[in-house]
Amino acid sequence: MLAAIGLESQDQLYAHLPKDVLLGRPLDLAPGVSEYEITAYFRELASRCAPGYASFLGAGVYAHYRPVLCDVVVSRGEFLTSYTPYQPEMAQGTLAAIFEFQTMVCQLTGMDVANASMYDGSTATPEVALMAARITKREKVLIARSVHPEYRTVLRTYSRYEGITIEEIAYDPATGQMDLADLDAKLDSDTAAVILQSPNFFGVLENWKQAAALAHGKGALLGYLFTEAVSLGIVDPPVDADIVAGELQSFAHPPSFGGPFAGIIATREKYMRQIPGRLAGQTVDSNGNRAFCLTLSTREQHIRREKATSNICTNQALIALMATVFMTVYGREGLRELAIQNLSKARYLANGLERRFSGSFFNEFVAKTGSSSPEKVNESLLENKIIGGLPLRRFYPELADCVLLCATEMIRREHMDRVHQAFQL
Amino acid sequence: MPGKTRNNISQNEPLLFEISHPGKRAYQLPELDVPLVDPGEALGAGNARQEIADFPEVSEIEAIRHFTRLSTWNYAIDLGLFPLGSCTMKYNPRINELVARTEGLAWAHPYQPEALAQGAMQVMTNLEAALAEITGMDAVTLEPAAGAHGELTGVLLIRALLETRGNPRKKVIIPDSAHGTNPATAAMAGYEVENLKSNAKGMMDLEALSRVADENTAALMITNPNTIGIFEEEIVKVCQLMHSRGGLVYMDGANMNALVGIARPGDFGIDVMHLNLHKTFSTPHGGGGPGSGAVAVKKHLEPFLPVPRLKRTGEGLSFDYDRPQSIGKVRAYYGNFGVLIRALAYILAHGGPGLKQATLDALLNANYIRKGLEPFFDLPFKSPSMHECVFSDSRQARRGVKTMDIAKRLIDYGFHPYTVAFPLVVQGAMMIEPTETESRQELDLFIEAMSAIAKEIEEDPQFVLKAPHHTRTSRVDEVMAARRPVLRWRRQAPVSIAAD
Repeated sequence: MLAAIGLESQDQLYAHLPKDVLLGRPLDLAPGVSEYEITAYFRELASRCAPGYASFLGAGVYAHYRPVLCDVVVSRGEFLTSYTPYQPEMAQGTLAAIFEFQTMVCQLTGMDVANASMYDGSTATPEVALMAARITKREKVLIARSVHPEYRTVLRTYSRYEGITIEEIAYDPATGQMDLADLDAKLDSDTAAVILQSPNFFGVLENWKQAAALAHGKGALLGYLFTEAVSLGIVDPPVDADIVAGELQSFAHPPSFGGPFAGIIATREKYMRQIPGRLAGQTVDSNGNRAFCLTLSTREQHIRREKATSNICTNQALIALMATVFMTVYGREGLRELAIQNLSKARYLANGLERRFSGSFFNEFVAKTGSSSPEKVNESLLENKIIGGLPLRRFYPELADCVLLCATEMIRREHMDRVHQAFQL
Repeated sequence: MPGKTRNNISQNEPLLFEISHPGKRAYQLPELDVPLVDPGEALGAGNARQEIADFPEVSEIEAIRHFTRLSTWNYAIDLGLFPLGSCTMKYNPRINELVARTEGLAWAHPYQPEALAQGAMQVMTNLEAALAEITGMDAVTLEPAAGAHGELTGVLLIRALLETRGNPRKKVIIPDSAHGTNPATAAMAGYEVENLKSNAKGMMDLEALSRVADENTAALMITNPNTIGIFEEEIVKVCQLMHSRGGLVYMDGANMNALVGIARPGDFGIDVMHLNLHKTFSTPHGGGGPGSGAVAVKKHLEPFLPVPRLKRTGEGLSFDYDRPQSIGKVRAYYGNFGVLIRALAYILAHGGPGLKQATLDALLNANYIRKGLEPFFDLPFKSPSMHECVFSDSRQARRGVKTMDIAKRLIDYGFHPYTVAFPLVVQGAMMIEPTETESRQELDLFIEAMSAIAKEIEEDPQFVLKAPHHTRTSRVDEVMAARRPVLRWRRQAPVSIAAD
């Protein structure tokens, strides 16, 4: 090959680079190793985590059983090693799956249009705020303090230079829901959106119907976030919301130390052209057969450059595909049954503990540690290879005596009995 | 058909909702070991939904056949050369997939106690160190989820630094060959965009830059090698000029596959850059994601990096959130950790010498294609190519055939097209990046296919204009898709179900 291009050595391939940019030494990295050594290396690192532990952590990242088909499908090279479907004639598989994904997200959320996915729930949150600001041409966003604390931090980072001001709405210390009186007081004619999360960070279902009525009364939009997608199997879909965004990690992706996950944004038909990110649409090919392609790309950065709705370029296609397979495997009956199992486990766990908030909850809730402390309770659980709930002190100093506990279908009764005991020590 | 392809059967498959049948199921749940709770009672009747209307109901075999059939409608690296320029579609080693699923790592919760997350934190620490060595930069954050997300992080870092110097400044200079994400990113960070024209060699014009870089310029955002696949020869002077005007230089690392082991951005003056781990470091594109857009910076930008930062204490690794100058968080938790595992596995497998060899092979393959295609297509910029080469369709356009038509005909020959009509500085661009993955046999088939198409255009341009001819889906009507958007299936589908 070198001879074909008239060279004698591969080093000549970069001989034209200026001398002062060349590294001129080997990289200070060890020589390559075999597959076997790589496997052993990561197995050793994994052993320094918590394999074999039961865990009561939720707080935005949930441990659900992963049906085998999810990995079978995403491991197919035709999906795994393909690119963004810019050439629809040779990417109909990816496009049809995205179209199904968009449809199922709409069916779950009660919205008309959903995109092909966002990076995750936290980065979808500022996109809700920016989208609402574009639609209403207003600049203030109210977000509930019961929204995931890290989502709120990401919102602040993004909105800093977009001319958007953020105000937080308190939570009702009795119910754990957004304080509607505080919302009413802060809503005004500058408000672009009210953003809440349901179930919220405390696991409590929000009163989104009343929040929507209040927001709409002032011409603002309601943004509804979710972190626990399984809840959508039994909670009422947020049909009064204008924009729904959330995290689909629960649908077949393991916690994976926080990523990669897949976020979604869904909205009403009338706001379709303001939605950020990729969209797959149905059309026909030149023979009149049904076909799919990416569409409405005039919203996107590669066409609009600095005037785009967002700079987002990728979606989380493979994670979205995994979620699509998950939704297919569980289906109409199964997702509901899965949600009921979560609900039942969390009720069993809560029954032996003192709940901090009175609001209805799905599969996680805040418990007071009483005469003990979050740290002491968790330490004693670790001795039994159980990771306890999340101590809330870090995010809510006023809840320093509380932990956020989550029980999914993977938690067994004996683990919950252990938690009951640990709280009584 | 010559070369790679011949006709074969391709199965039709309706949408899930069209094969759905009440009562079919593909799941099993274990027996509930606690009392069953009624959702209506637990949540309140108004909060509980009765059903998920039209959600699919299929059996397990139907589910697997459905997705397997869909998969056969895709092209992928596993099927052959995927020469998308600036996308670096290289082989995705399967060992990476295996290790990313190791239980202790895959099931690590981001909030589990640090003492029980040391292995996961070590993955991140080791990857940060390797990327710093590869780029010649001082510190790396792994938090951004993708390239464009990394760009935003980088520009926010620049803004934060300039603010501490008293003036964030107003504009960002972006060469006309830049990726579309660059201007969109600058706008998100509150900057105006000033475009900069390339010179006749396809490189940055130092004099033109000198005219526009002033006290209002926050940064220059460049890609090097640029999107024409050419190394910016005056990069050192470019960086010096920007620094002398009080601005910074951001480098889009999309084309880093041309440089690993040969030259380091940190050594030629770059202040901040992102890496696409899903390009240079082989993590799968997966049909559009997930990616990872790690950002590497020089010391002066380190205080502003997103939280948390990893630090080593007496008890091991720990997350440090006490970073008063930090821009905050750009994403929840710590980044696309599963992608980070794969990238580290790639680096371990290659090692230092292997990474350099991969670069050399990528350069060789690109130059081999350039040489092979030069007799048939116009090469507008003659400067030496790095990891990709960009042709123009100008010769074929005289026969009425454009880059997109050639791309569609290439599909008939069993290849994914090159990047079409980008960069904008080349008329009718055909941007080709083979990566180090390809053998000479595959490259020869590609050159043969492209030269055959060039000949077809001379003899029967109409035939090429109607391509593809042999795919299960012929040319897709994208105009109709945008004019009458159908973005989801509904029970009464607005378009009748045709042949499939």
